[in-house]
Amino acid sequence: MSSRIPLVPENAVPLPSLKANNGLLSWVSSIDHKQIGIMYLIITLIYFLLGGIEALLIRVQLAHPGNDFLTPELYNQLFTMHGTTMIFFVVMPFLIGVGVYLLPLMIGARDMAFPRLNALSFWLFFFGGILLYYSFFTQSGAPDVGWFAYAPLSEKPFSLNKGPTYWALGLLASGIGSVASGLNNVVTILTMRTPGMTMRRIPLFVWMMLVTSLLLVFVIPIITAAFAMMLLDSILGATFFTPAHGGSAILWQHFFWGFGHPEVYILILPAFGIISEVIPVFSRKPIYGYEFVAASTVAIGLLSLGVWAHHMFAVGLGNAANAYFSLASMLIAIPTGVKVLNWVATMWGGRINFATPMLFGTAFIIEFVVGGLTGVAIASVPIDWVVTDSYFIVAHFHYAIFGGSVFAIFAGVYYWFPKFTGRMLSETLGKWHFWLTVIGFNMTFFIQHFLGVMGMPRRTYTYYDMPYWGSMNLISTIGAMILGLSVLIFVWNILVSLRHGRPAGDNPWNAWTLEWATTSPPAVENFELVPPVRGRRPLWDLAHPDMPDEPGAKTV
Amino acid sequence: MANNRMLVGFFIASESIFFLMLILAYVNFHGSVTDGPTAVNSLNPVVTGIFSLFLFASSFTIWLAGKSLRNKNHFMLKVWILATIVLGAVFIFGQGLEWSGLLDKNITISRNVFGTTFFTLTGFHGFHVCVGLIMLSLLLGLALAGDFKGPKSDAVECISLYWHFVDGVWVVVFSVIYLWAFL
Repeated sequence: MSSRIPLVPENAVPLPSLKANNGLLSWVSSIDHKQIGIMYLIITLIYFLLGGIEALLIRVQLAHPGNDFLTPELYNQLFTMHGTTMIFFVVMPFLIGVGVYLLPLMIGARDMAFPRLNALSFWLFFFGGILLYYSFFTQSGAPDVGWFAYAPLSEKPFSLNKGPTYWALGLLASGIGSVASGLNNVVTILTMRTPGMTMRRIPLFVWMMLVTSLLLVFVIPIITAAFAMMLLDSILGATFFTPAHGGSAILWQHFFWGFGHPEVYILILPAFGIISEVIPVFSRKPIYGYEFVAASTVAIGLLSLGVWAHHMFAVGLGNAANAYFSLASMLIAIPTGVKVLNWVATMWGGRINFATPMLFGTAFIIEFVVGGLTGVAIASVPIDWVVTDSYFIVAHFHYAIFGGSVFAIFAGVYYWFPKFTGRMLSETLGKWHFWLTVIGFNMTFFIQHFLGVMGMPRRTYTYYDMPYWGSMNLISTIGAMILGLSVLIFVWNILVSLRHGRPAGDNPWNAWTLEWATTSPPAVENFELVPPVRGRRPLWDLAHPDMPDEPGAKTV
Repeated sequence: MANNRMLVGFFIASESIFFLMLILAYVNFHGSVTDGPTAVNSLNPVVTGIFSLFLFASSFTIWLAGKSLRNKNHFMLKVWILATIVLGAVFIFGQGLEWSGLLDKNITISRNVFGTTFFTLTGFHGFHVCVGLIMLSLLLGLALAGDFKGPKSDAVECISLYWHFVDGVWVVVFSVIYLWAFL
């Protein structure tokens, strides 16, 4: 650790504080990408806890058959809010927030291309979430129509309460914020790179954020239009999605999934990016097949636009449509498999250091492959017809989004926390967190594959006492409790390490990308001097001038 | 900087998808109305077509405004921005006339799917025109205050890009709603 640089530069404050002079105001009025990034992370942590509590309440209700811990109405509200929160107010804004923090640092820029737009994005997300959660305090309660809000259930006369309206308004606001983030990221990545940082040299996280941001720009307007139509239906009595008045409920499904399927790639591609940064650093090798990882991301992004109706096999779209959507969905397994093989090849023969980020990174590969394999299975129409709307689907997408995105998020938090705060997270608590997460997660969700195949329907507040259902659900609930405990350890780790964590120094992991070239946390202007970029690993080239990554860049 | 124009370019691409969805909804329900108002029995393509010409002409005038700026002709810059605002306002006035005529005949957004899709599509387009008029007015105010020295201004270029987009959307919307019904 170098001693020449103070632990926390005076003009960079790691966290908002009520005590400091003008402390909170400097955050609320901030247009600095690092402060905005930190605010994203803090707010998403709060929503993560809220969504987690909702999940635990659901699991307690399902612990044994015929339970009456929750009323059916409250149960519907909770699973709707759990899904909506975790997707739109945890995973998505976390990835956007970590991107906002890291993109300028990784490409050697002073800030985002449009700092004010960046702040606008954050505040739209912030108030969108408040709008959504305010619905709990209204007379009619929170939305209770699922995160997909299928018409006509979400429409009059089936939903006379205001829940779905709050849902659409809150997501509309935060969605516009996401489009603005996407625009900002794209322009930042394309125009703000430091000299030498060509598109073939940007870190893979930046590549993934570029593709994700393009998806945000082109896909969020689909749902924005659908939200507008839904709101016109509920407020002005329009008839887009009400079959009784000539509208079409299936149209909502097309619009929703036209957005909804690319959305799951918005949730996973930046996670791939985090993993593509973590695995090389902790294997002490450059990424294997950089071009293939980047190009397969572009392929996934494009394919994701053409597969939405695999969520609608049960509608009965006809054999031609089903065959196309089935085949197209299976195709996505190819570029995804390319990535998995590249990560494994990067680890192969490396000097692997299983610090907590790498533990989560390695587990990510395994858990995500499980979710990917069940995904290929249910892309097959006959299998989907059997397991659709059952717990098999719940298990599948939790393996993809928790086992995938959230594991990668944990890897990213342990990896970049030193950069964000100047202090290391505790490795001991990190290992507890990791192992309890792995045990709790698999215990909760693996068994749900079997429950699904046995026919247990999702989105139902209770179930009959079928053979084994009670005991299997109890196992799942105990797993969820362990998962809840692991999250508490995680939060405890953050709180303790913020005060007492080991000082990190500039580059605690001996990583190679530019964000590690500056202080931890970075000063307001990010870099005093951006190191020269002559390859994909500028800090490696700097430390080993005699054997740079790109031989032509040899300077000694 | 190229940043601003690139941002507007991607923003317009994003907005195009938004309008595409509204147009798809209109197309989806086209012909599904069995009784009640439809495009054929309630719209007047000639009157709307004439008002559309004002909007199309405004794309030309905003282009002339940019050209004047490039030639450092600050007086004509203001004239052409003003002309654009007037032409856009006439178009919006025409939209207002059409809407009030339909509402008088009790053709509303809640009457049937034609009303729903028609008012949503033309309404969101009209909203975009109004936003454009506000931005053009700001531009005119800044031009009057002597803000644009020329030969280049990102503000003028970005707003005219947006205005061309709003105009282009109307070409598609007019074709889909009016020409499809009457040709």
